[in-house]
Amino acid sequence: MSKLEYVYVTYIETSAEKLWQALTDPDFTERYWFGHRVSSEWKPGTRYSFAKQGANSIEGEVIAADPPKRLVYSWNSCSPSDRQEGTSKVTFDLEPRGKVVKLTVIHDELNEAGVTFRNISGGWPMVIASLKSLLETGRGLAIDVPSSAKEAADAQT
Amino acid sequence: MDEVFKALADASRRSLLDRLHASNGQTLNELCDGLAMTRQAVTKHLAILEAANLVTTFRQGREKLHYLNPVPIHQIGERWIRKFERGKLTALSELKRQLEKRDE
Repeated sequence: MSKLEYVYVTYIETSAEKLWQALTDPDFTERYWFGHRVSSEWKPGTRYSFAKQGANSIEGEVIAADPPKRLVYSWNSCSPSDRQEGTSKVTFDLEPRGKVVKLTVIHDELNEAGVTFRNISGGWPMVIASLKSLLETGRGLAIDVPSSAKEAADAQT
Repeated sequence: MDEVFKALADASRRSLLDRLHASNGQTLNELCDGLAMTRQAVTKHLAILEAANLVTTFRQGREKLHYLNPVPIHQIGERWIRKFERGKLTALSELKRQLEKRDE
């Protein structure tokens, strides 16, 4: 493994179908991804983006979409501080386990020296915890982003 | 959440998490390297960390790689940290980190 890799696992009390919807539906992402709406046709080879107030924050290409099991997309940050860093890859694996779904998020093909690498290490746990909270309680987390992590949030959310 | 606290209530297990935090995705051999713990002890500690969802493993070819999963620790934080405290707490821990740098 030449490139750095992050793996996040959480168990969410929901169905795989509902979790899939939460990952791909703008009305859902807006509620847990701190106001960011996702849009795509969710077909391999098509584009997707996360946008807040009309401005793209993250964009890339759908690499694989196998609902409700696996979603893979490339990841390009649109924030000025780390847009030169190139493309990384995000994989979501959804695995039903009785009453819960095991969600595994893998972010890899990252540039070790880059800003993305530092940013996502704080950002994903925040997004994943908020997603879990929304699906289990109907509310996303209201997180006040610390100023020192502002850049991280800009890249991440 | 009990499992997470129990798993963290052991210095050896915390040091294994430290090693993964420094370098994610290690094999058992890599994790044992330079530790004053038997391979069996490391295996046992990793099983407890995995059961608490603090460590996740993946097979890559013949190797089993271990990854730190910070999501449960984040959830503990979310439970007791209020919305507007986060910025101040980040500033405080950054201050502490800077002042204590030599001890790291």
